Amino acid sequence: MYEIISKKMLTPTICEMDVKAERLSKAAQPGQFLIVRADEKGERVPLTISDYDAEKGTVTIVTQQIGASSSDIIAHEQGEEFCDVVGPLGIPSEFVKMSAEELAQQHYVFIAGGVGTAPVYPQAKWLHERGVKVDVIVGAKTKDLLIYTDKMEKACDNLYICTDDGSAGFHGLVTAMLEKLVAEGNVYTQVVAIGPMIMMKFATLTAKKLNLPIIVSLNTLMVDGTGMCGACRVTVGGKTRFACVEGPEFDGHQVDFDEALRRQRMYVAEEKEANENHVCHIGRGK
Amino acid sequence: MANKIARTKAREQAPLVRATNFEEVCYGFTLEEAQLEASRCLHCKNPRCVSACPVNINIPDFIAKVLEGDIKGAASIIAQDSSLPAVCGRVCPQENQCEGSCILGIKGESVAIGQLERFVADNSTAEAVVAPSNGIKVAVVGSGPAGLACASDLAKMGYSVTVFEALHKLGGVLQYGIPEFRLPKDTVLAREIESVKALGVTFETDVVIGRTVTIDQLFDEEGFKAVFVGSGAGLPRFMGIPGENLNGVFSANEFLTRNNLMKAFRPDYLTPIHAGKRAVIVGGGNVAMDAARTALRLGAETHIVYRRTEKELPARREEVHHAIEEGIIFDMLTNPVEILGDENGNVRAVKCVKMELGEPDESGRRSPQVVEGSEFEIPTETVIMSLGTSPNPLIASTTEGLEVNRRGCIVASEVGATSREGVFAGGDAVSGAATVILAMGAGRKAAKAIDEYIQSK
Repeated sequence: MYEIISKKMLTPTICEMDVKAERLSKAAQPGQFLIVRADEKGERVPLTISDYDAEKGTVTIVTQQIGASSSDIIAHEQGEEFCDVVGPLGIPSEFVKMSAEELAQQHYVFIAGGVGTAPVYPQAKWLHERGVKVDVIVGAKTKDLLIYTDKMEKACDNLYICTDDGSAGFHGLVTAMLEKLVAEGNVYTQVVAIGPMIMMKFATLTAKKLNLPIIVSLNTLMVDGTGMCGACRVTVGGKTRFACVEGPEFDGHQVDFDEALRRQRMYVAEEKEANENHVCHIGRGK
Repeated sequence: MANKIARTKAREQAPLVRATNFEEVCYGFTLEEAQLEASRCLHCKNPRCVSACPVNINIPDFIAKVLEGDIKGAASIIAQDSSLPAVCGRVCPQENQCEGSCILGIKGESVAIGQLERFVADNSTAEAVVAPSNGIKVAVVGSGPAGLACASDLAKMGYSVTVFEALHKLGGVLQYGIPEFRLPKDTVLAREIESVKALGVTFETDVVIGRTVTIDQLFDEEGFKAVFVGSGAGLPRFMGIPGENLNGVFSANEFLTRNNLMKAFRPDYLTPIHAGKRAVIVGGGNVAMDAARTALRLGAETHIVYRRTEKELPARREEVHHAIEEGIIFDMLTNPVEILGDENGNVRAVKCVKMELGEPDESGRRSPQVVEGSEFEIPTETVIMSLGTSPNPLIASTTEGLEVNRRGCIVASEVGATSREGVFAGGDAVSGAATVILAMGAGRKAAKAIDEYIQSK
């Protein structure tokens, strides 16, 4: 069992939790993910790792309430336990293996969308701590849905906020901000986009237009997360790859996003039914 | 005398009833039935059944105890060689092993050894004999049949054994692969694992060796003196035909894992599963039968598509027989060439070609050849690929100096020694996908080799 050490609602639907998972906290690296099974009847839910603290033996997860399974995770309170937390899974970000010389030549720009802001944080922090130039573009529909802005401020050189409705920062899409920054003369060596699949698709189209390399972190469907089921298969460079063990990060220019978007909707009918029949446990025990 | 009695048939759920539920197909013997069947054993001087058993269970002796009505005594005899009798009694291919070599089988029907083993295991618990602890730590990677057999033997010798399991439940393929209707999880499998725990074996779930902790860390940081890798063959194969990534195409592993490990067949569990109105299973092995019979129980009209004929099906006869009884449609000499989707990217049909058998190839099997111009479509919502599995590369890729072969299998000697000192391996991780009992046999051999290795240091 894995105890929830702290819980904080970042927005009315986005929740941050520190969870005790000793082995995982010591092994985690930027770019990796974990799987949570909230209780006996729950799904195995893949979540990106938003932070990890080997000394405290904790990992941080950020969950957005979307369906029955994410609601169950969020319904858990501080001091309660998850049945299972397993990881770290997937291959760490490419930069983790770079030499100091290679890193010194990099200028990263991250594009973070919605709850995808959380997994960008450990990556930006890792690079920033090593003196690598890092800019971060964070996008959300509206000001109230922005998360991690204070933390992110300290984990990069420049933070650019974008909202669809103009309630905070730049009034427009993250892709427009990227184009603007490049037009202003910023020379980036690497774009990294993490967020909704549709945002990653358009970030990739923009990067292509700007002739920039881009890495995306694919949030595909998964069951075991260890290469056993193939639910996460994606077409990358014309080949079928398993996002859980060969990813989650891939060269965006090679990813078949339309297929990936379609595959994410595999269980929409079943999930709709689950949501309708779901008994909400938020507030239980009170 | 004895062989004049006909082989006792175990009672089963009626085919059309069981096709709608996930309860176990076979009820097993009553004491009377077991004793009657036990009376058929000739107690051969040189029992061929024992040498045909991959773990060499003393079969005539345990059968003699059953005849006496001493079920606990029978359980103790089995326990000397097997830690999973309730599992093996159900899922071993006995027709190729113990029962296949039974002398009674030459002119008539062999003794129902599998059913007798199951009867003993279900009706008694053996008292374990465990040597005093020697405090030496050995790690076992994977809690499937190979790992459980290895861990049991090592624990009996007095080793301090920790089994690491990547999933949240124990049993490996017994948990995620074999369906409830062949191997009930909460009763039979859980009980068997409890008996391994009773030997003093420690289990840690949610540990992915190679990610959560590496084999090198187990040696260097956690004080383990040897490691047994029994991580199985969990990586599914696909055909590589167009349309395989359409919505509605699954590996048998995914389909079975959703249903067995995640219990998707139960409405109170959250994991979804999609069988559709019609399901086509591609392949002819035991896993294909399991996937087909699962899809059937979830309400789909189910077809098995196989490129050879029924005679060549690699699945056990019993599984094929059960599948036919339950109403699964076998489309033989048929091979998919493309999966076709609708405008939303959902599967709508499988395009197949008819096959005919040509001359025998080097394996002695007649190789199937395409009949020209025979293309046709099978309309379906679901396609389940059951084409075999290969070992997961994770452990080999994170353990320096651990040699694997071209097929991704860990290279190991007859007793499980690998290219890395102190690292042993066995089961499907070494052989590629095979049977539960062969994996157990490999686990036992490795346990002996690990003991010799540690004693020699």
